[in-house]
Amino acid sequence: MTQMSLAPPEARRLSNAYQNWYRFSRNPTAVIGAAIVVVCILAALLAPFITPYPEHVGAVVNFRARHQPPSLTFWFGTDNVGRDIFTRTIYGMRISLLLAFVVLGTAVPIGTILGLLAGYFGGWTEAIIMRITDIALALPPLVMALAVAAVLSPDLVNSLLAIAALWWTWHTRLIYAITKQIRTQEFIEAAETLGASKFHILFREILPNCVSAIAVKTSLDCGFVILVGASLSFLGLGIQPPTPDLGTMVAQGAGFLPDFWWESVLPGLAILFVALGFNLLGDGLRDLFDVQEVR
Amino acid sequence: MLELKNLCKAFPIRNAFGRKTGALQAVDNVSMTIAPGDIYGLAGESGSGKSTIARMIMGLETPDSGEILIDGRSIHDRSDGVAHGRRVQMVFQNPGSSLNPRRTVGQSVAVPLDAHGFPRSKRPARVATLLDMVQLPAAFAERYPHELSGGQKQRVAIARALAVEPKLLVLDEPTSALDVSVQAKVMDLLTDLGRQMGLTYLFISHDLSLMRNFAREVSVLYRGGIVESGTSDTVFGHPSHDYTRLLIASVPVISAEEAALRPVIPLIDGELPTPEQLIALRQAADRQA
Amino acid sequence: MSFPLLRVENLSVSFTTYGRTVPVLHGVSLDVPARSQVALVGESGSGKTVTMKAIMGLLRQPPARITSGAIYYDGADLLTMPEKERLKLRGTAMSMVFQDPMSSLNPVFTIADQMATILKYADRRLGRTRSSRDRMQRVYDTLAQVRMRDPERVARAYPIELSGGMRQRVLIAMALLSETDLLIADEPGTALDVTTQAQILKLLKDLVEARGLALLMITHNLGVVRETCNSVYVMQKGVIVEKGETAAIFEAPAHDYTRSLIDAVPRLTGGRRFGTAGVPA
Repeated sequence: MTQMSLAPPEARRLSNAYQNWYRFSRNPTAVIGAAIVVVCILAALLAPFITPYPEHVGAVVNFRARHQPPSLTFWFGTDNVGRDIFTRTIYGMRISLLLAFVVLGTAVPIGTILGLLAGYFGGWTEAIIMRITDIALALPPLVMALAVAAVLSPDLVNSLLAIAALWWTWHTRLIYAITKQIRTQEFIEAAETLGASKFHILFREILPNCVSAIAVKTSLDCGFVILVGASLSFLGLGIQPPTPDLGTMVAQGAGFLPDFWWESVLPGLAILFVALGFNLLGDGLRDLFDVQEVR
Repeated sequence: MLELKNLCKAFPIRNAFGRKTGALQAVDNVSMTIAPGDIYGLAGESGSGKSTIARMIMGLETPDSGEILIDGRSIHDRSDGVAHGRRVQMVFQNPGSSLNPRRTVGQSVAVPLDAHGFPRSKRPARVATLLDMVQLPAAFAERYPHELSGGQKQRVAIARALAVEPKLLVLDEPTSALDVSVQAKVMDLLTDLGRQMGLTYLFISHDLSLMRNFAREVSVLYRGGIVESGTSDTVFGHPSHDYTRLLIASVPVISAEEAALRPVIPLIDGELPTPEQLIALRQAADRQA
Repeated sequence: MSFPLLRVENLSVSFTTYGRTVPVLHGVSLDVPARSQVALVGESGSGKTVTMKAIMGLLRQPPARITSGAIYYDGADLLTMPEKERLKLRGTAMSMVFQDPMSSLNPVFTIADQMATILKYADRRLGRTRSSRDRMQRVYDTLAQVRMRDPERVARAYPIELSGGMRQRVLIAMALLSETDLLIADEPGTALDVTTQAQILKLLKDLVEARGLALLMITHNLGVVRETCNSVYVMQKGVIVEKGETAAIFEAPAHDYTRSLIDAVPRLTGGRRFGTAGVPA
């Protein structure tokens, strides 16, 4: 509050949207991150229209053009059966983003709801939810995915399940901590004395105060999930050929290093690019929201 | 309107291992009666138990023993089907933290309407009426708390408390976070609303000058117990208890007339005594006598 | 008239936030003569805190910018003197008593640690040497001066072990560690109970008078002004609207704003009727 009283009153009258936009545009990390993410998502959505050889996604074989270095015809070169790596990288990004959205689309809501319940109700609810969370947190997702793949079959759906089954725990921890802190604030007490329902307090009063934390965590997680997915594919537990996946491409290209470096390095850089984009965006959002928390 | 009978509440003191090692008697055998339409002041410093009393009246804490009656009916007796929140509401001390920063003013004011089944279609009109009652433009419903000044936020909190027309309002230091000129306007508003709607106020504060001018009946709390009560004029004009005298003597005042009204407190080692010292002195003197 | 100990002359400060520059102080001038007690009173947003920070050199620039004016301490302009010179004055010739006794003390160090460190740095800036035993003695002496009953025990305590009133005393002791001439107090005691606040104000007043210090009291509470200061500057929206003897101004304010401020204060004598006139009963 003392900080705030220094700000001139005129500045307070500017619209929220303008203030947010101003801070966002002054935050290079967030802007670059957002740009990368937007480029990746657009590229993934428009893959059939922007890639030069969409047919190379399948089991196409063109031995005359195999192991071509990057050129104007093949921007990222070609692989060991003569398919265009640029095309396959863009399609691979599609799979990576899909993976991230499916995993986080299930893990984030589950984790958030459990965190809210544990943080608000306390007692037995808290004890049960948080102990399960602690156990799940102790298992590394990659190991869990390996185990699931070993028991079931090594394919995309099983890997997704394995990752999602562990990923919610991080969100539960985060939301639990925030809820515990918000629960003691006066406006929650005010809502209770006003006769508001538990549902109202959880989802209308507490949840909006968690949104910024969820946004930051989710965008940082996108990068990590993509990395884990690529790692699984690299180990042969994820997407199966011929479907193009960045991890699989790196694994296959690795056999031809160092002569045909582009076959693994360029898809690898693509992984880095996407993951970096989400991480920068997440960090940028955190800076942005932190400023807001001060007010 | 409101009656407290022998109210007691203790909080356990726990050691580092969570084992109970003692108890803090936060409220100790407090009884009082507030007549309908009255403005009743509860004065006390931190640790006096005034907030615990407010929280028990609101149902946020359960008393260890004693009774809280509203209109002669225990607050735990819900047999007439009238929700507790329709009888009594509270205005919190800090409007900055009693409004959810992520919800608009309109959403906050609508919370009690929502909770007590007010028809959804009539809500925007009701919110506008409530904002008008506290002299805020209807357009404020779209704003977020951080876009409002402290006084405006407290007006919103008052509008929210009055949304389902309770007859009793607990005011917990409603203006202590506000500038003095804003405070005067909020007190004017509360007075006007009280007259128009026939409200009864329980006014909790440590600001004795404000209490002197606002409350008609006053009780002074010290360490969980009432040490003195009476009309505002009696308690402030002729304080009988040492603690009340010390409290009044401690108020910073702005005129000579007020300064003359303050009781003279004997200094100990050139310093004003603490309440404990003063009470110990009196007890020692009583033993002598 | 001799030159005052502290003179703020035509000080203007603006803040830049969200790409917009807004002036917050418009040519503020005030004098604090040696051995006098002066209050700077205003409501939130009046600019009193900005003024105080500018005097102490605590304004973060940017977002703040001092657009004009001068601040003279003992005849030397603080704004144009080299940073090193200025550091020498801060905490030694002029000291600050902070408002919040909890957040102004570091919870992980004992009172003795914190006070000895302050003294050590003050000595170093002034090129003095003092043995650590002398330093501790000075800490105990200063704690005794703020009427702490058992200075050595208080010195060994961590902030959390002390009550709010005792912490506020420690903050005053910290400001008195060096041979200060000017004490700047920012709302001392506002976070405390009324009876504790009265003790603190009396202590501050007694100390200032006994040691012949000058006091600049920054506050929003007119009662505190009357209890501690003989002259007062009233500030509104970055402008000094009125100045003069406390008693005279409180008796007969000349400016409308001062009058409305004084009228708004509820009186211990009572008789004030809240509510707007003409409201149907």
